[in-house]
Amino acid sequence: MSTMNTKEALYNFCLRLGDNNLILGQRLAEWCSNGPILEEDLAMTNLSLDHFGQAEFMYEYAAELEGKNRTADDIAYLRNERGYFNSLITEQPNGDFAFTMMKQLLYSTFAKYLYETLSASSDKRLSELAARALKEIKYHLRHSSEWVIRLGNGTEESRIRAQQALNELWWYTADMFVVNETDKELIKAQIITDLSGLYPKWKSSVEETLKLANLTIPAHGHMYKGGYDGNHTEHLGHILCELQYLQRAYPGAKW
Amino acid sequence: MTEEEKLTRFNSKIDKEEKIEPKDWMPDAYRKTMIRQLSQHAHSEVIGMQPEGNWVLRAPSLRAKKILLAKIQDEGGHGLYLYSATETLGIDRDEMIQQLHEGKAKYSNIFNYPALTWADIGAIGWLVDGAAIVNQISLQRTSYGPYSRGMIRICKEESFHQRQGYEIMVTMMNGTPEQKQMAQDAMNRWWWPSLMMFGPPDNDSSHTKQSMRWKIKRESNDVLRQRFIDKTVDQAHFIGLTVPDKDLKFNKSTGHWDIGKINWDEFHEVINGNGPCNKQRLAHHIKVHNEGRWVREAAMAFAENETRTKKELVTH
Repeated sequence: MSTMNTKEALYNFCLRLGDNNLILGQRLAEWCSNGPILEEDLAMTNLSLDHFGQAEFMYEYAAELEGKNRTADDIAYLRNERGYFNSLITEQPNGDFAFTMMKQLLYSTFAKYLYETLSASSDKRLSELAARALKEIKYHLRHSSEWVIRLGNGTEESRIRAQQALNELWWYTADMFVVNETDKELIKAQIITDLSGLYPKWKSSVEETLKLANLTIPAHGHMYKGGYDGNHTEHLGHILCELQYLQRAYPGAKW
Repeated sequence: MTEEEKLTRFNSKIDKEEKIEPKDWMPDAYRKTMIRQLSQHAHSEVIGMQPEGNWVLRAPSLRAKKILLAKIQDEGGHGLYLYSATETLGIDRDEMIQQLHEGKAKYSNIFNYPALTWADIGAIGWLVDGAAIVNQISLQRTSYGPYSRGMIRICKEESFHQRQGYEIMVTMMNGTPEQKQMAQDAMNRWWWPSLMMFGPPDNDSSHTKQSMRWKIKRESNDVLRQRFIDKTVDQAHFIGLTVPDKDLKFNKSTGHWDIGKINWDEFHEVINGNGPCNKQRLAHHIKVHNEGRWVREAAMAFAENETRTKKELVTH
């Protein structure tokens, strides 16, 4: 049924990796001058910077695969809502500090296992990019885990906020493990493995951290899905408005 | 040692260009001046994150985004470093922030102007950081050891900031007519406030004389201002920007650029709280600080628990 060839699938997959980073990076950048303490203001913009760096090199590879003479910036800035393939969790608003750290923990744990797997990909470029990103992701994971544990065992208020964050964000986690047509083509071409297979590892790692944080995974609810197919929450359009403003307002201008 | 002997020793250190270190005896007024100046500098770095942060989400390329974020991080890092340096004088960061919120401590006036367009990010880097560097290079020789060492470290990063700001201006001046107009507009709005960053003219400056005597300040406001003007006018002309001063003229006999009259009324208005963003900047800092209280309390409670648990482990 799918008319996607391997190269197109790999292009889409790079967009997915790039978009996860771009959108999460944009969210983290919102903390600039808004952190609860100067050290954390800097830490969050530092994570943001790492994510933008990762997005850039994923888009550079995507641009090469596409072969249409477009740049990483063209790809980052000039698509419409339905053409972004980031996971839904990355576009969720920051909420309070507990919400942001919880989001980061859930995503970074996923990204760690994802990049570990991809660093063994038969596609050399993809494996190199993954290995490079992995170093940063491990730091992000450590930082966010430490904070979630700290908040879960801090004051009554911080524990409630952390639990509330988990209760809301949990329902966006299955979306990270969705396998779509892009995956199927790349699995067939033996470039990636079935990434839904990462779920058990992810779950047990997250459970371990949440246990240390004295927090409970919510029991019943609906898992939202669709990011990898460009079916987003309403938040994405607003993120893109800010992100793309200058590129859209002054077409063709160089900055 | 009597107070008088201590003072004599202090003054002789100053005269011999030796640095004053945190544990050294110093006159109360010297300590007060240092706290005022250092905390003001720290607050400036932090408040300065607001106008630049205003453009991070809208930065027009991935490269521009990364550079701007890295720059803001540097500023925040300078803030941290300078808060620590100020703490060596016997005041803690909470108290400094309290003073900022109560309006007892100031931050640089320049950040009471808004960053309206992307060109303002260029102008801030080029003009504001450019002016700051001229001042900070001079302060590398300041008499208080921790401040002097801080300035040496900070100057290295600031010159990168200035280059990135100028690069934005260069790119825009090579761009479309709209971009050129945007760059010139930013120049028009930031030029005079940048000149005011050096403070009032020497004969009106209340702090200059004593600060020069103590070698806290090494060169006067007017000398530093002129150095900045001479350097910057040429850079502006080189990329086709007009300096918004009809009286600007190169003085062949002095070798300096003479400028028109600075509007000191505006300067005093802004200092007195009536700049375009005074209320916004301070209100933002207070709001964020209050909203973050529960996080700081949680971190503290967690740390206390950890310490207690460790102690219990040791005793059992």
